[in-house]
Amino acid sequence: MKKIRIGSGAGYGGDRLEPALTLLEQGKLDFIGFECLAERTIALAQKEKQQDPSKGYNPLLTYRMEKVLPLAYQHNVKVLTNMGAAHPESAMNILSDMAKTMGLKGMKIAAILGDDIFPSLDRYHDLPILETGKPLSSLSGNMISANAYLGAWPLVEALQAGADIILTGRVADPSLFLAPLIYSFGWSAEEHDKLGKGTLVGHLLECAGQISGGYFADPGKKEVPDLWNLGFPYIEVEESGQGVVSKVEGSGGIISTATCTEQLLYEIHDPARYITPDCVADFSKVHFTTLGKDKVGFQGASGSPATDTYKVSVGYRHGFLGVGEISYGGTNCLERAKLASDIIQKRLALQPWPIEDLRMDLIGVNAISPLQLPEQTPVQEVRLRVAGRTAQKIEAQQIANEVEALYTNGPAGGGGATRSVEEVIAIASILVPKSEVPTKVIYKEIQ
Amino acid sequence: MKLWEIAHARTGDKGNIANIVLVVYDKTHFELVREKVTAEKVKQWFHQLVKGNVVRYELPQLGAFNFVLYEALAGGVTSSTALDKHGKSLSSFLLDMDL
Repeated sequence: MKKIRIGSGAGYGGDRLEPALTLLEQGKLDFIGFECLAERTIALAQKEKQQDPSKGYNPLLTYRMEKVLPLAYQHNVKVLTNMGAAHPESAMNILSDMAKTMGLKGMKIAAILGDDIFPSLDRYHDLPILETGKPLSSLSGNMISANAYLGAWPLVEALQAGADIILTGRVADPSLFLAPLIYSFGWSAEEHDKLGKGTLVGHLLECAGQISGGYFADPGKKEVPDLWNLGFPYIEVEESGQGVVSKVEGSGGIISTATCTEQLLYEIHDPARYITPDCVADFSKVHFTTLGKDKVGFQGASGSPATDTYKVSVGYRHGFLGVGEISYGGTNCLERAKLASDIIQKRLALQPWPIEDLRMDLIGVNAISPLQLPEQTPVQEVRLRVAGRTAQKIEAQQIANEVEALYTNGPAGGGGATRSVEEVIAIASILVPKSEVPTKVIYKEIQ
Repeated sequence: MKLWEIAHARTGDKGNIANIVLVVYDKTHFELVREKVTAEKVKQWFHQLVKGNVVRYELPQLGAFNFVLYEALAGGVTSSTALDKHGKSLSSFLLDMDL
């Protein structure tokens, strides 16, 4: 019976590289996927591309691929990644030069194009924004990017054409891992059930270490061995679509029915209707079986036909975020931090410009807690965090400056003040007919 | 007894929607949690944060629940001014609930 091994080399844009290299060396993989594109990463990359037309791909592309390409070549592992971000073609050219220098003869590199629909965004101005219901035109003048979440099929096309390395822009995360299954097992677009099972494989792998013991440990309650040396997962998949999650022996972490269950529902809403570009997957009947140490089998996913639209993420300028922080310690520190907060409130009220979502949080007391719990005293130290969004950069700087000015103008003993100001690039989503988003695959082969 | 004693949790985010996966360690506790940790209870627990509905999905074969919290992330990761924009820590605060 044919089995395919797919590894996960990254769960986010800045993820560690060593676990991916270990997988390539010891995982006996057929494919590896690197998921490196968060919701707004591509909008930030578009901004970068506007400033320098050769840029716009993942900033760690060369750092990663200098190590990954030779190992993938040596161990015959095909690589799929969305590190192309806003510029898959440029990423392809860079890797092509790199592979040539390394003498990786015969390596074929593909780039998937078509997700960037920004040039034709005008025709969608009347579409409602999914998050707010307002028309897209309400963001007029501020939009900087628009990328459709493509599915697995353009990647399948690239694999069928013999591609060894596939660079994409925006592609639904699970599709990066579903594509090799469709290609290897010859699944058709009508085998919705198998596409649903393959989507589960992708969903379990797309966050890398989050299924092998990352984002899981709670000392004394949920122990994870050698978390410092966390190994990334691979899945061995059968033609039927069921599979086994595992990791390289000797690496840290844990794969259990508990880690798998947490990841199964991670960022899922209705488990019976997980909508991807490839299908509507049903994870509601999935069950896991422990098959050995760090080996968990899964079955029970299914799927139904995909919708006829792509989700499109529109990046838009949404003002500036100004943040200032300062710490207080020792006896009565909580009262001094509250006085500081009161001072800032009054100072900012004098400004003629509006501040949106102004927050005054006491880190150590109520900054991340949404619960109203009785104050725990005595507090040893507390940090005031002031954050707000403004239309102009200089206004955001003013928020941060007011906090810093507490050094000499505020309560006793304020220390460790920090300031930060950044432009806010926010994301709105629309649904665009698939028929209006053509895709294209381009290639470079190393001679 | 705190929920933390018998269950573990993980938070995810999409836009302005948070979801919290809640899993019992021992499936014999599934019914207890089903009875005590209702969607209404979770909405009330996070009332300072959640502006929209809370919907609960049940996966008894896994001893798991999925709570979907609408309008829960101060506008969403990309525009929120909060420290924990993703709401990653919500799972831990849910486990603080007394049963």
